[in-house]
Amino acid sequence: MDNKGLVYLDNAATTQVDPRIADALSKLMQTHLGNPSSRHALGLHAERAVRNARAAVAERFAVDKSRVFFTSGATEASALAILGTAAKQRAPGHVLVSSTEHPSVLDSAALLSKAGHEVERIPVDQDGVIDAKRLESMLRPETFLVAMMHVNNEVGTVQPVGRLALLVKRKNRRCRVLVDAVQSFGLLATKMDGLSADILVASGHKLHAPSGIGCLALKRGVSLAPIWGGGDQEQGLRPGTENVLGIVALGMAATLGRGDRQRLADGCRVLQEAVRAALRDSEPVVASERRAPHIVTVTVPGLRAEVVVNALSERGVCVSSGSACHSRRSLRSHVLTALGVADDVEVIRLSLGRLSSDDEISRGAELIESTLKGLR
Amino acid sequence: MTNETVFVLRHGETFIKGQNRRQFEDRLRDNIAKTLASRSVKGLFRAQGRFYLRVEQAAEDWVEKRLTRVFGLSSFSPAQPVEREIESILKVATQMVEKELEARPIGTFRVTTKRSDKSFPMTSPELNREIGGALAERFELGVDLQNHDLDVGIEISEAGSFVFVKRVPGAGGLPVGVSGRVMLLLSGGIDSPVAGHLLQKRGCSLFAVYFHAPPHTSERAKDKVIQLSETLCAAQGPINLHVVRFTELQKMLRDQGPPELAVVLYRRAMMRIASRLAAARRCKALITGENLGQVASQTLENLSRIEEAASLPVLRPLIAFDKLEIIELAQRLGSYDISILPHEDTCSLFVPKHPATKASLEQVTRAEERIDFDELVEQAADEAEVIRVGEQ
Repeated sequence: MDNKGLVYLDNAATTQVDPRIADALSKLMQTHLGNPSSRHALGLHAERAVRNARAAVAERFAVDKSRVFFTSGATEASALAILGTAAKQRAPGHVLVSSTEHPSVLDSAALLSKAGHEVERIPVDQDGVIDAKRLESMLRPETFLVAMMHVNNEVGTVQPVGRLALLVKRKNRRCRVLVDAVQSFGLLATKMDGLSADILVASGHKLHAPSGIGCLALKRGVSLAPIWGGGDQEQGLRPGTENVLGIVALGMAATLGRGDRQRLADGCRVLQEAVRAALRDSEPVVASERRAPHIVTVTVPGLRAEVVVNALSERGVCVSSGSACHSRRSLRSHVLTALGVADDVEVIRLSLGRLSSDDEISRGAELIESTLKGLR
Repeated sequence: MTNETVFVLRHGETFIKGQNRRQFEDRLRDNIAKTLASRSVKGLFRAQGRFYLRVEQAAEDWVEKRLTRVFGLSSFSPAQPVEREIESILKVATQMVEKELEARPIGTFRVTTKRSDKSFPMTSPELNREIGGALAERFELGVDLQNHDLDVGIEISEAGSFVFVKRVPGAGGLPVGVSGRVMLLLSGGIDSPVAGHLLQKRGCSLFAVYFHAPPHTSERAKDKVIQLSETLCAAQGPINLHVVRFTELQKMLRDQGPPELAVVLYRRAMMRIASRLAAARRCKALITGENLGQVASQTLENLSRIEEAASLPVLRPLIAFDKLEIIELAQRLGSYDISILPHEDTCSLFVPKHPATKASLEQVTRAEERIDFDELVEQAADEAEVIRVGEQ
């Protein structure tokens, strides 16, 4: 597919690989890369590359580099965090997950209920924010894990994780706090202590690295049980030969970051105004002050989201319908439902990344306005 | 022992077609050759009203699977070629029975000899007795001509001598192509690929048309139809799929008539466009997956209105099938899992909650009065994108 002239406004789904990362990987792939576990010089070369990347990622989380563990992606990292924490429990306990979590968290937590643990969802308000009092009332002495995502992938809500996690710790010192930082990593502050978290999860392909690489970081003193065996890589927590190329990419991505917050926020505002220029009653699902700068999800009154996505796609503009909603199957997004958005309200999600140029954003805005007017 | 397997291929219906037989057999032979990668075929020849297909033994399972998809074959047997003498026949038959016994319990068996080479010194009944007796004694099996667990087949013909123990049912029907070309209207649903498959079974070679209504139907919906077409390639090779852009016409129709007529009007327009494409491709009929009463709008009245817009016969092989029967066929064809992918199909767009169940000719004529179909149909058909699906 020829991507020239494409307007890519779906960075919350995945991002274009940064040319500098692509370049570095291409060069690395053309050298003979050893197995980091091998004792010879090539092995050492690979091990160094992994070590440097680990340090770069650790810096973003403000943890020691020995506390960063690479995985195949954020889904695996979340699953490892949840199943690995549960495996350490001696008796059936209690788990809380926010109701707007990514399916990797919700579904892995659901596996725990089969193992005898009780899993409950924490409700959120109309902006997707957890009510502190409600959370407090749900905590129990046997609650061993609370999962709260930092930035919601569908609607962009920034969860005040630090404040909520402190509350959890005050009530139950031993309870672990898992924070899915996939959308905030490289953009907002994701320091372990700043968020009062115990486990943080991030992904490469949301940050201009390729897919197939993710990681989790553990606060010192926090340990997990591995969910499979097979070697002592990643300190035995995640056995399997390291994905050296992916790890190097994630290390670079962590350093390069997600770009200027103000620029992203301005871009989202331009796009949002373009939707409004065509559909006067359109409004953002989450208030701007409670939202991450790079994601804006807006309603498209009178139109079907899927049709909007198709029509924009025809004109080279990639956006998401912001939910896995298929009219006939009516798989309504659990996030929209949790926010109390009525079932017949259709939304589209517009999300930017570091590689979204100003020109791309303004072309996107023009095309969105004219396309939506044509559909109206 | 050689390292080749000979498939004895039997064609049922083609046999009874009298003077057309030659043509049928030629087509069947071509279709068999086309469906098998020529590299694994060491020879395909005709003798004694059958085909004999020589393949490398290593390819036997793959060939067997492919052959089950070839229309026109009633059954076939993977056979072992043997020397034209009783010792060799008995030796191979013994090995084969031994192998069968390892795989499953067998109490009774029979031997069925077909001797068309009359120069062989023993008659068929004599061979049956001789080989049957030896096998019965060796393996302590009972002989039962009617109800047996195993039938050891022996063929002695000018084509060679063979022993086999397996009869695989073929797909039946007629070789694809002998009945001519037809145009299949593919929607993306469960029914239409099955309808196409059934016509392939009766010897039709398919062309297909899909009505695409972007942005209301997505690129994925189109891709789904391409995947569905691929499932139909197994029986005939590549298929030409015509993708007609239907959006503008559909909007116009929606605005013309009362909303409850929409489905009938869309389908009438589709018939017109499909007829034009079919004529250009020298197709002799249109095929649809329509069914009586499956959805509210599929009434005899509506089907009549739809058919009136076509200039070729409209064949509806699924007209009397229950949904579950269709699903079963779709699963066998391999199209079901593709069909249930959640993408819009064109006819479900702009559709009112309560479509007309008995559209009258008068209503339809009135709604279409102000539309100049000739030009619109011509444009839609001529601008159709043609995708050659299943080209290796």
